[in-house]
Amino acid sequence: MKKVFFVLSMLFIATITNAQDKFFTKTGKVSFDATATKSPENITGVNKSTTMVLDTKDGNMQFLILMKGFEFERALMQEHFHENYVETSKFPKADFKGSITNNATVNYTKDGVYNVAVKGKLTIHGVTKDVETTGKITVKGGKISAFANFSILLADYNVSIPSLVADKVAKNAKISVDCSLELLKR
Amino acid sequence: MKNTHYRFLALVTIVLFASLQIKAQDDLIGLVGEDKPKKELVKNAFKSTRVINGHSMEFLLPGTLDFRILHRFGQLDQGYKNFFGLDQASMRLGFDYGISNHLMLGVGRSTYKKELDGYIKFAPIRQSTGSKSFPVTIAAVAGMTMNTSDWSDPTIQNYYTSRLAYYFQTIIGRKFSEGISVQITPTMVHNNLVATSTMPNDVFSVGFGGRVKLSRRLAFTWDYFYLVTGKEKDVNHDPLSIGIDIETGGHVFQLHFSNSTGMNERAFLTETTNNWGKGEIRFGFNLSRVFQIKKNKKVD
Repeated sequence: MKKVFFVLSMLFIATITNAQDKFFTKTGKVSFDATATKSPENITGVNKSTTMVLDTKDGNMQFLILMKGFEFERALMQEHFHENYVETSKFPKADFKGSITNNATVNYTKDGVYNVAVKGKLTIHGVTKDVETTGKITVKGGKISAFANFSILLADYNVSIPSLVADKVAKNAKISVDCSLELLKR
Repeated sequence: MKNTHYRFLALVTIVLFASLQIKAQDDLIGLVGEDKPKKELVKNAFKSTRVINGHSMEFLLPGTLDFRILHRFGQLDQGYKNFFGLDQASMRLGFDYGISNHLMLGVGRSTYKKELDGYIKFAPIRQSTGSKSFPVTIAAVAGMTMNTSDWSDPTIQNYYTSRLAYYFQTIIGRKFSEGISVQITPTMVHNNLVATSTMPNDVFSVGFGGRVKLSRRLAFTWDYFYLVTGKEKDVNHDPLSIGIDIETGGHVFQLHFSNSTGMNERAFLTETTNNWGKGEIRFGFNLSRVFQIKKNKKVD
């Protein structure tokens, strides 16, 4: 009888501590830069409503990006991005499902900057590809932030650039991620 | 007996929590939950703010200037002597500006009758999705034209107001899908001065315009106006234009065939005298180039 209560209470404690493991944001920043050397203007867009969830226990992470959230300085560029390149109405969501491969080296309870390696699957424009990159996790006063920079080949995701502007749009898009996470309470 | 009972309970609890755990790891995003979709305007029903001749349900993006060059050539049936009409060209230059997602205005000048025109276009309701969505765009256009050519008879008393004409239009349009957009546009044109006493000053018409997208950058368009009044037999005809829109990334080319030569509402609604049935068709094109005047400040 006592044993059972002990097991049960341990389980409850375990789930409570488990709840402290997950961190999230709904206002993560993902920017995109496809400026080529011959581009007449900077081709940069930013999405400030990215959802990210990080499980600090095992390093699993997921991103959900609503493509329509990408905004550009130039309205026409924004229109072309959504209408002609990533076809937002056809493929409204992009996501990333992966994990931190060296999660054991990150101490989420101690302030510091930790270099991490991330591996996972990125889906954009309906195409899923394996992606590997390095990034940083910073812990400061109990707050966790995640940063990463990597580059993707647009052709990999079936994003075609018309030959007329082929030298004005970079073939590789630089993606940078900047998320400040908070504790996920359930 | 009691003991096994508790053991069973403990086992069930363990399994329950374990399964919860597994589910959580599979779908981390699911833990956060998605927000309700916000209200979002349906855009790009047409590639341009004109279907071909008539206004479309589309608005310029706020802070953008559209420079438009329009050409209408002579009749195709004039043959090689006039190079199928290309020897004769009539044109209109215009600037349109987008003030907000619901308001835009424009000015232009046509070579025909040296006519100036200007309009203001306002949409109280635009087609939208998400919460408080609406299925159609409802817009209103008010415009004015001014003939600036010399008086045909300078010996008589001429009034400045005789140069003016007005038009009022309602646009009800819907983008049914990514590929298909259709609109209806009841229109009224008022001429202050008409050429003969039998011609009415007010001409009522209903426009039917649409677009079918053929590919990401190519669309088939049509623009037809049914003249309800003001159609003199064997003189006026319903203007019908059929064309394609080509988007090259920066420019929109609208190539079309039409029986009308006018490039403002007064001209193409009250002065279309050619007949498709008799092969009196002209080639024409609109070229649109959009410039960003005011940049979006929300982006770093």
